[in-house]
Amino acid sequence: MDTESTYSGYSYYSGRSRGSHRHGERIRDHHKSRSKDGSRSEKSVTINAPPAEPLLGDSSVLGEEVQDDNWGETTTAVTGTSEHSLSQEDIVRITKDLEDSVGLDCRRYFSLTLAVVLGLLVFLTPLAFLALPHLLWPDKLLVCGTACEGLFISVAFKLLILLLAVWALFFRAPRASLPRVFVFRALLAVLVLLFVVSYWLFYGVRILDSQDENYQGIVQYAVSLVDALLFIHYLAIVLLELRQLQPAFSVCVTRSTDGETRHYNLGQLSIQRAALVIIENYYRDFSVHNPALLTASKSRAAKHLAGLKVYNVDGPENNAATGLAHSQSRAMIAAAARRRDTSHNELYYEEAEHERRVRKRKARLVVAVEEAFTHIKRMQEEEQKKAPGDVMDPREAAQAIFPSMARSLQKYLRTTRQQHCHSMESIQQHLAFCITNNMTPKAFLESYLTPGPTLQYGRERWLARQWTLVSEASVTSGLKEGAIFLLKCIDFSLVVTAKRIPYIQLSEEFIDPKSHKFVLRLQSETSV
Amino acid sequence: MSFIPGQPVTAVVLHFQLSCALQQRIEICKLRQGEHLILGFSIGGGIDQDPGQNPFSEDKSDKGIYVTRVTPGGPAEVAGLMMGDKVMQVNGWDMTMVTHDQARKRLTKKNEDIVRLLVTRKSLEQAVRHSMM
Repeated sequence: MDTESTYSGYSYYSGRSRGSHRHGERIRDHHKSRSKDGSRSEKSVTINAPPAEPLLGDSSVLGEEVQDDNWGETTTAVTGTSEHSLSQEDIVRITKDLEDSVGLDCRRYFSLTLAVVLGLLVFLTPLAFLALPHLLWPDKLLVCGTACEGLFISVAFKLLILLLAVWALFFRAPRASLPRVFVFRALLAVLVLLFVVSYWLFYGVRILDSQDENYQGIVQYAVSLVDALLFIHYLAIVLLELRQLQPAFSVCVTRSTDGETRHYNLGQLSIQRAALVIIENYYRDFSVHNPALLTASKSRAAKHLAGLKVYNVDGPENNAATGLAHSQSRAMIAAAARRRDTSHNELYYEEAEHERRVRKRKARLVVAVEEAFTHIKRMQEEEQKKAPGDVMDPREAAQAIFPSMARSLQKYLRTTRQQHCHSMESIQQHLAFCITNNMTPKAFLESYLTPGPTLQYGRERWLARQWTLVSEASVTSGLKEGAIFLLKCIDFSLVVTAKRIPYIQLSEEFIDPKSHKFVLRLQSETSV
Repeated sequence: MSFIPGQPVTAVVLHFQLSCALQQRIEICKLRQGEHLILGFSIGGGIDQDPGQNPFSEDKSDKGIYVTRVTPGGPAEVAGLMMGDKVMQVNGWDMTMVTHDQARKRLTKKNEDIVRLLVTRKSLEQAVRHSMM
């Protein structure tokens, strides 16, 4: 499962070096989207994933660093800026033409090397601070006392912890590739770079130039650098991992083809990260998209349109083209409202008939499967040693009993229009799996009677590389109240609406346990 | 009175005093049965009872004493007491704020042979209409 969506490469290049230009571009695009001219372009970016490969095998050895862009997790497949200043639509077109990113690999590796370089710089800086005085003015240096040598140990351990922490946060295999730069990582990388550069400046001016003899002070300076890097890493953890854990928004996700809806609670995320979370939940919660189920409504719609023909008897006097179309459509609507439409009747009876047919086929199927399961029996251990003849492993057993249920299963799948979701091979595999794990016929049938989540079916249904995020707001901006964006797959799309979780005011009421007292309700009648 | 169109209609108008418009004074003579003096009706209600279960009261928080049953042929029926009447006074004693047991005691005093009740009825017009027909 991971191999489907683990690619990334992140264009640190566009995030960092073009910081201001990119920002400007984004603002320009935003203004463009606000203006009301008809050619408003949506920011649609393709989440295209380059093929899977073990990305970070060697870099984790080298790259220990505090902050980095996530070389693993985001990619800028399409960016608003590039050094040739192409417009966004051009880039989208080009990337789509390139058929799954030959160019993306270069960008990914480029960003990865930048990350490794930054990491090396950050890791080697404290060591350089400690080593340079010994190399440049060894005779002038004061002897390092006990406290100073203790600080060496502290530097060593802190660097080790930093190495492990950075690996854990930044260098693990990414789950997905996102369209734009991960803003927080970019900012953190800039912060780290500025920080390290300022430390080097101070070191260069005050220590190297003046050739300070107080080695203990230099060691303490190096320790303070490592401490500050650890704190920046702590900030990174809070920004990247903890901030989105507390739920702040409730998003409503609706599939456009059949209206299946789910609600999720998300924290404060950018739109692209929220889209990623939603897609991951989509694979778990939504039933598989089955285009064969939509043909009925499409045929009904076609029948509506085909029912009427409009003729214009006014002749060539009516020369305004829009007026003509307008009056034509109005005439059609009026006629459709007036005619006695019996299509609702047909729908009702057709659905009742279909329901009946499905139930009948299901009954036959259940009986056939139960009977098939009675033909095989699990052999016990002792029997296995005694009678070696005609002993089958699960796959052969499945193949032996499959023909007796194949026909009824095929008919049932045809009636419920699921036959393209299950191949014969997959059915036999599932049957062998159920036999191995001592499942009942009902457990075997469950995956065919109800449509399951998408991941349950073959890989060709996953379409994990075909998601496109369509959003009017910038995809790196955070979720807001009333934000709407679209996640387009090939033949359906998910419409996502975000609402803020309301501020809840909880008040307390104390009830004394001794105050629970009861009386009987009396109703007596006395004769006098 | 049936209405025949075209013919003059006869109507009877009864005039009630405003102060005792809906109240009625009823005098019951107790009947001696064995060693008990009985009045021939049953009461329900009281300030220690549940007023919500009173079928005769209009206001379900009314905790007064109501007549729940009248024995046919008994002294109460003879005197004109009806089911559903609310007993306001017994021999001058107030019955609107008494417990059930206190009400019973006031009605069954052994040294009294006659009890004079002041009762309220929901609709006395109904009685008028009954008497007209």
